[in-house]
Amino acid sequence: MSQSVMTSQENPGEGMGESPAESHAPRGDGMRGFLASSRSDWLLVAVFAAAILTMPIWLAPIGAGYPDILQKFAIFGIFALGFNILFGFSGYLSFGHAAFLGAGSYAAVWMFKLLSMNALIALAFAIVVGGVFALLIGFVSLRRSGIYFSILTLAFAQMSYNLAYSVLTPITNGETGLQVTISDPRVLDAMFGGVARRGVPELFGMELQGWPGFYFSAVLLILAFFLTLRIRNSTFGLMLFAIKSNQNRMNYTGFATRPYLLAAFVISGMYAGLAGGLLAVTDPLAGADRMQWTASGEVVLMTILGGVGTLLGPVIGAAVMKYLEQIFSSFNEGVLHRTFDFLPTGLQDFMVAITSPFVGEGWQLTLGLLFMIVVIFLPGGIMEGVRRIASRFRSGRGGASPTPAPAGGGH
Amino acid sequence: MAIDTTAWSRRRILKTGAALGTGLAVPHVFVRNAWSQNNQFCNNPTGGNVVLGFNVPQSGPYADEGADELRAFKLAVQHLNGEGDGGLMKTLKPSSLKGNGVLGKKVTFVTGDTQTKSDAARASAKRMIEADKAIMISGGSSSGVAVAVQSLCQDMGVIFMAGLTHSNDTTGKDKRRYGFRHFFNAYMSGQALGPVLGEEYGKDRKAYHLTADYTWGWTQEESIKNATEALGWQTVQAVRTPLGAGDFSQYLTPVLNSGADVLILNHYGGDMVNSLRQAVTQFDMKSKQVNGKDFQIVVPLFSELMAQGAGDAVKGILGTANWDWKLDNEASKVLAKSFGEAYGSPPSQAAQTCYVQTLLYANAVETAGTFYPPEVIKALEGFEFDGMGNGPTLYRAEDHQCFKDCLVVRGKENPTNQFDLMEIVKVVPRDQVTYDPSIFGGELGPADVKGCAA
Repeated sequence: MSQSVMTSQENPGEGMGESPAESHAPRGDGMRGFLASSRSDWLLVAVFAAAILTMPIWLAPIGAGYPDILQKFAIFGIFALGFNILFGFSGYLSFGHAAFLGAGSYAAVWMFKLLSMNALIALAFAIVVGGVFALLIGFVSLRRSGIYFSILTLAFAQMSYNLAYSVLTPITNGETGLQVTISDPRVLDAMFGGVARRGVPELFGMELQGWPGFYFSAVLLILAFFLTLRIRNSTFGLMLFAIKSNQNRMNYTGFATRPYLLAAFVISGMYAGLAGGLLAVTDPLAGADRMQWTASGEVVLMTILGGVGTLLGPVIGAAVMKYLEQIFSSFNEGVLHRTFDFLPTGLQDFMVAITSPFVGEGWQLTLGLLFMIVVIFLPGGIMEGVRRIASRFRSGRGGASPTPAPAGGGH
Repeated sequence: MAIDTTAWSRRRILKTGAALGTGLAVPHVFVRNAWSQNNQFCNNPTGGNVVLGFNVPQSGPYADEGADELRAFKLAVQHLNGEGDGGLMKTLKPSSLKGNGVLGKKVTFVTGDTQTKSDAARASAKRMIEADKAIMISGGSSSGVAVAVQSLCQDMGVIFMAGLTHSNDTTGKDKRRYGFRHFFNAYMSGQALGPVLGEEYGKDRKAYHLTADYTWGWTQEESIKNATEALGWQTVQAVRTPLGAGDFSQYLTPVLNSGADVLILNHYGGDMVNSLRQAVTQFDMKSKQVNGKDFQIVVPLFSELMAQGAGDAVKGILGTANWDWKLDNEASKVLAKSFGEAYGSPPSQAAQTCYVQTLLYANAVETAGTFYPPEVIKALEGFEFDGMGNGPTLYRAEDHQCFKDCLVVRGKENPTNQFDLMEIVKVVPRDQVTYDPSIFGGELGPADVKGCAA
């Protein structure tokens, strides 16, 4: 833990490539600081965008080159990015972020039902609902810190889950989940003579399913990534890092920390709302199990797996986790036999016998092992592994290269 | 970085514009390539194989049922490909099955884990359709999941043959043109169980319901309430319990003092196991007397796997089932033998419904002579068949629900082995459980959808 605090403490000053004076610019000057980015930041965003948009090509060989899983990579990437603003930057571990994800989904589906199938309206409303929800829960939960804060958020999320599952069934349609039907009113679509389509979310006529759905999510992920980068480099981000390293010192120097924390909480709630809304856009259904505590735990795992406090880590962690859940769970013995086809029969059976507990229904075992390995050997997550390899590579070549590694995120 | 310009230089605008343009153009390139070979329907099998997708809970509360469903699917695939002893291929009447795959194509399958969550189930089904090119999806061990996957399949234009799902909604208000259910539903349970309850426990009873607090529980409670009140029973109270409560003692405590003399547990899976065990062992309800009558417990939806979990508590308890391996007809014996030889245990009712659904789909494709879903749907709608273990059965065209005899079962007092936990009290004839499809509303939607668009 201390190590990750250390690295993230170094982050804001070093990763920016901006003069320290600008980082501490008064808040009235915030707009200028917001738009000005250093060259390495632009490079990072450009490389990130290219990598995300070409995922269908370079992920195809490992069986992840189909739209649904790539949509999930992008959407849960956004979710984890937002979570990281709270957990990674300020050190406040929320165990209830799934509540905002679920609230965003319900909000988006209700927009599809009542107003229009246009995804932008639904997403805007999902973000607002996620934010308002976060404001309410955050206002109460942030009166405590540490484990008490985590438990409070967990309690609120479980409460939301149970409400959505049964009590609020008229709004959430309970266990079955809220769905879009052809007979919904859709006031705006009706007003502007929108043709009654099949109940598929669209962006000005383009149906956001399959590949278009992925590229829509991917563009939003890139925007979210850029925004996170800007937040990290801003004065506000610096405040969050300061809170993480020593909140008491902040208080003694006269800073009121809670407004900053509440802002971070609301922002990450809005990210979660956006992710939840996107889930509904690419698949117009909202179910209560999106709010379950397991979903809240998932985003914590994603962030830790990828690297707490880093920029790229949460996105990578989300992708790894969704990949395990989707692909590993689908491997059955037939697939394994085909994989080890090149081996002689006896050895093939042996390999299948060894690997089969870790795939199919055993995918969670693999996830658990991976998580343990990462936490024990790479406390800074996958990003720490990347950084170690990069630094070894650089020192191996002799003179240290001055250009910062773009993939480093937290450098 | 000597000069920090705040305004955007022309150079940067040009660069950004170019990058943005490229980024925006990328989707079109992929979209064009992805669907340029679009056939007239989703996942038309072109090679020598046809892929079926089996989406069952492999983790979570219904994992046992999922495992048994998967065994049944594998057996069905073997039989379709002409391997093994052929199972119910020989008994289905009328049958177009040939035992050489489906339309001459070898049947292969992919599996996925629904985790008993709608989201995970839909993601898994999408993978099967998008990545594995499955032409049909089957499975599910919970109504919420079944409804969610069914509507997905409708959007994508892939046929969904539901596995174990008991809610009225699956073929009621949430029915879909591409979804078919062989399993019975809560309404049929009520219709079948009502008269037997009257015969066994008399017309003058007071019932106390404990109901799992979600859609399936509610439809179940409503169906049983209607059926028992028609007999002349009174409903003292219906209490909703949270799903997965674990400890039901706070809900069971008021029952004995409420004046009720029958407890109806609208629970399933782990909840049913827990609530029934507590009612019988902790509160000793089966030996109590209320209103001068023996206190009774009823569990409307029974399954072998739950009976195994509940142990002795299940003895003498009445409930309903879709099918039982001890049924006295040729097809049931053939299936029990075939399944038993392959896996060493008789098939559960979840396994039977999944096995039958797979064969029925294959048969419909053979009858239609094509995989084209609208034609396959036509072949399934109104299909009247026999020889699948449930007696004469109709796939009703109006709501895609199967109508067949329904079983009333009772937990056996002296089971001879761990698979012999239930005895069949009555086989309720099909006419008695048939209802008007309009009572649940809902609409099937179109048969001709733009496939794979979702």
